[in-house]
Amino acid sequence: MANNAQESSGNALKLALAWIFVGIPLAWGVIQTLLNAIKAFQ
Amino acid sequence: MATSSFLARERTIAAPGYSRWLIPPAALCIHLCIGQAYAFSVFNLPLSKLIGITQSAPDDWKLTDLGWIFSIAIFFLGTSAAVLGRWVEEGGPRRAMFAAALCWAGGFLVSAVGVYLHTLWIIYLGYGVLGGIGLGLGYISPVSTLIKWFPDRPGMATGMAIMGFGGAAFIASPLSVWLMAKFSTPTHVGVAEAWICMGLIYFCFMLVGAAIVRVPPDNWVPEGYVAPAQPKRLVTRENVYVYQALKTPQFWLIWWILCLNVTAGIGVLGQASAMSQEMFKGQVTAVAASGFVGLFSLFNMGGRFIWSSTSDYIGRKNTYFCFFALGTVLYALVPHTGAIGSVGLFVACYAVIFSMYGGGFATVPAYLRDMFGTRYVGAIHGLLLTAWSMAGIFGPVLVNYIRQYNVDHGVPAAQAYNTTMYIMAGLLVVGFICNLFVKDVHERHHMRAVDADAEVEGAPVFGGSHGE
Repeated sequence: MANNAQESSGNALKLALAWIFVGIPLAWGVIQTLLNAIKAFQ
Repeated sequence: MATSSFLARERTIAAPGYSRWLIPPAALCIHLCIGQAYAFSVFNLPLSKLIGITQSAPDDWKLTDLGWIFSIAIFFLGTSAAVLGRWVEEGGPRRAMFAAALCWAGGFLVSAVGVYLHTLWIIYLGYGVLGGIGLGLGYISPVSTLIKWFPDRPGMATGMAIMGFGGAAFIASPLSVWLMAKFSTPTHVGVAEAWICMGLIYFCFMLVGAAIVRVPPDNWVPEGYVAPAQPKRLVTRENVYVYQALKTPQFWLIWWILCLNVTAGIGVLGQASAMSQEMFKGQVTAVAASGFVGLFSLFNMGGRFIWSSTSDYIGRKNTYFCFFALGTVLYALVPHTGAIGSVGLFVACYAVIFSMYGGGFATVPAYLRDMFGTRYVGAIHGLLLTAWSMAGIFGPVLVNYIRQYNVDHGVPAAQAYNTTMYIMAGLLVVGFICNLFVKDVHERHHMRAVDADAEVEGAPVFGGSHGE
């Protein structure tokens, strides 16, 4: 039971790290592009 | 030896408890790097001033010569994906991702040497050939793995990875500009150093993807997932061997579907900025046009995820019907937006067009899976990417030459694109008809389950002896 809980929290951490690893650069790029696009409409 | 065993397919079989939601980030690690190709044009101007620094010197490279770097890379993307698809499929995703990382990063490093020596053919060989092979390998490497992990939502899964390819330019473009600024001096353009940095960054990033990727154990299904009891129309449970797929009309119909959808999209993609300025002279400035292009790129990226996810619910064939029917109307509407001077309507039309352009790329792996099964879907996808290479040549040529022809024959610049848009709409009608003809693959092309492993070693074995 304790092992299962440990494994599940380890998995959740791995998942969070993996998604942060790819999500941060992608979000940064999207925000930069969006900010530039907004300038076009001002 | 140790490295080769780490890369072997057997070493990538997931242990119990492994979350399938780790596969999309693994795939994104690859696609977010190789998608840099879409942002390569930021290097064109600096590369044309390596000697003159502030302006091109007589010995500097011409932009027309530099344009070949991207073209060679796209050519080798299609070729390597087609030739190495089976190797990718059978060797497993980790080996393919590692090889893609070596080629992609190696391409940057070799090209940096080309800049130092001011020898263009080294860059053709580096970014064009080596990088192009990295592009092809990287593009197809996670596809079949994603499809096997997400039998319940294959469109969404591949859409996530291919969305990364579309979004990579958002990262690469500002990163490239920043790195070049960091390394440039009054007497030196920092392209070579920027490429060395990018090669190393991309190599590390792609290695993370190769490290976390896993293949599901045989006969694995997601918890709670029950395969439909009755086979669905246009979704096979069988597998078709990679080279046998080439003998089916379905492969060639989907080849044309992709080719026509991409030709129409890619043709106007490179011209969107110039088109908006010429169609709305005085209303759209260069800054505004570049903002529009950024916005269209966001729709291109978002469309990859949204359309491919939608295809899981409405079916692949219906999704392409939407692309072709809606696309025809929108392409035909664009000249009208110019005639009535409605910038807003022009932007709206283009935004949807680009979302469908991206959606076409992202939905096609799941379409192939529905037709040919999961076993060789990555390799078959690799063969299909030759359609992209072809469209990469046809699209821009069509748009540029027709526009020039019109201008030379006295058509005002604002209306020079009208014929092109109607021709693109016509291409989409042809695509609609191709899609209409897509039916289930005949069972004589199916692999026999009992011999499913035999074809890897020797000649493929196919089931049934029924005629067409």
